[in-house]
Amino acid sequence: MTMRGDALAGDRIGSGLFEGVRRRPVILGAVGMVVLAVAVVIGVAAGSVAVPLGDTVGILAHRLLGLNVTQTWAPSAETIVMDLRLPRVMTTLVVGMGLAVAGATFQGLLRNPLADPYVLGTASGAALGAAIAVLIPVRTLIFEFGLLHGLAFVGALTAVTVVYRLSRISGIAPMTSLLLTGYAVGSLLAAGLAMAMYLSGSGLRQIFAYLLGGFEASSWIRLATTTPLILGATALIATRARALDGLLLGEEAAVHLGVDVRRERAILLGLAALVTAAAVAVSGLIGFVGLVVPHVVRIAVGPQARAVLPLSAIYGASLLAFADVVARLLGEIPVGVVTAVIGAPFFLFLLRRARTGYEL
Amino acid sequence: MIRLDGVTVAYRGRAVVRDVDLRISAGERVALIGPNGAGKSTLLKAVTGLVTPVAGSVELAGRPIRAMSRLAIARTIAVVPQQAILPFATRVEDVVALGRLPHEDPFRGAGPADRAAIAAAIERVGLGHLLGRDARELSLGERQLVLLALAVAQAAPVLVLDEPTVHLDLRHQVEAMDLLVDLNERDATTIVAVLHDLGLAAHFFPRLILLDHGRVVGDGPAAEVLAEDRIRDVFGVDPAHVRLGV
Repeated sequence: MTMRGDALAGDRIGSGLFEGVRRRPVILGAVGMVVLAVAVVIGVAAGSVAVPLGDTVGILAHRLLGLNVTQTWAPSAETIVMDLRLPRVMTTLVVGMGLAVAGATFQGLLRNPLADPYVLGTASGAALGAAIAVLIPVRTLIFEFGLLHGLAFVGALTAVTVVYRLSRISGIAPMTSLLLTGYAVGSLLAAGLAMAMYLSGSGLRQIFAYLLGGFEASSWIRLATTTPLILGATALIATRARALDGLLLGEEAAVHLGVDVRRERAILLGLAALVTAAAVAVSGLIGFVGLVVPHVVRIAVGPQARAVLPLSAIYGASLLAFADVVARLLGEIPVGVVTAVIGAPFFLFLLRRARTGYEL
Repeated sequence: MIRLDGVTVAYRGRAVVRDVDLRISAGERVALIGPNGAGKSTLLKAVTGLVTPVAGSVELAGRPIRAMSRLAIARTIAVVPQQAILPFATRVEDVVALGRLPHEDPFRGAGPADRAAIAAAIERVGLGHLLGRDARELSLGERQLVLLALAVAQAAPVLVLDEPTVHLDLRHQVEAMDLLVDLNERDATTIVAVLHDLGLAAHFFPRLILLDHGRVVGDGPAAEVLAEDRIRDVFGVDPAHVRLGV
């Protein structure tokens, strides 16, 4: 401990220590944007009818950027790219971004590395909602969304609301209470889901397909309905990075650092639940993106939410876009299977070689 | 700077702090002492706005604490957190940087002034050799120093500490006390610390406040507050066992 504050030494630490680390998120962000662009092009080019990469880039440049590109492609290729593949790829980006940001938020909020977007009942609520929709013999479509998507969305939000309300009347610490209540409510809803599936008869396959998640049914209209919700809530979460940072040291420390913990917890919980519900409604239950991506990002840049949230958004979007390409190339297998198969080993690999002896 | 009038704090109907009146002026250096369960930590929680008294009022820098936002309180009082459990791997310098949360731009993050404060705090607490390491891998004593540096980086006019030396070895105890004296004398920071070590309290603090059963039973310089009959009454030990070096 030096008793005289040595300004020069302070400056030295200031510049030497922080510069490299500070720039890293920016570099990774730039790399992530390139990865994202590659994911879009490959995602649009790949599929049962292969569109050559050059044509894909040409169509995208022509239609999206308004560039005057010589048309070397068949009109059918343009239809496939613009009406089928592009909305699908864009949906994977929005959902991947949402899930990764929601996961980072839940992990930070609950101070629990094992948390994911589905931790507080959203998954089981959505699943039960979807299953009930299959049982109800009503077929409606609003903005190309059916009853199934609507009830899944409502189910996810209702479950989180119930968990939050119930957790507040218990006598134990709020974070622990939330987790335990989430577990209890989730179990109850899972029982309801099991019952619904048991009763569903021929609808079982439809419920099951939804639970596994996928992007086959993507469209521009669906994308236009979901995107503002996910994008808006995600942006609002990013404005509350300070609260997530304060919570790193615990609730009491966060209060001492100027965070109104009770208020911020309610706001962040609501926003993350909204993102998750919208993502789940449009694409079903896709695991691992929300769990793995924030951890990978933290290993690279540390836990500050200001870096973790945007980088999770970029890399979550890329990961899900690539996972969907793989799912498509393997004959439309459920994308949730792909994210698990890619995500789990990659995560284990990172855990092993993390420099700081990362532990959960 | 800190003014308590008739403050009573109760947990589940049981009063832990009873009818405490207290004035701490800007630039003072005060140690809160007393046996376990005397209400020292609870009194600190009332001062930092973590608990709301059931009776009485708390004022910070002339403003009632109830009317202050969390951010305003955090810019007035820095609290050295009790042992914190970090959920994710976090570099030492990143933990210290959290002390700037009340000051930094919420959107752009730490600016040059914040980084200078972080670097100065690291330098002052002597954490240079721990930089780059995961704070979760440090010893309890090292972590305590990291949290002290966080509060120093917060650079508030009042610094509050609850048992800042429990995990520190002798040398670091003395160094931590020297730092508190330095922050007090050179930066005019008001220091309020809960201490169990009466020797450190007597040696490093000009004013001691003795609490017992939630009440202030002694307030003044060590020689007065730690008189032999007081030690026998309040702590229930033979004063011959306590060497205070006053």
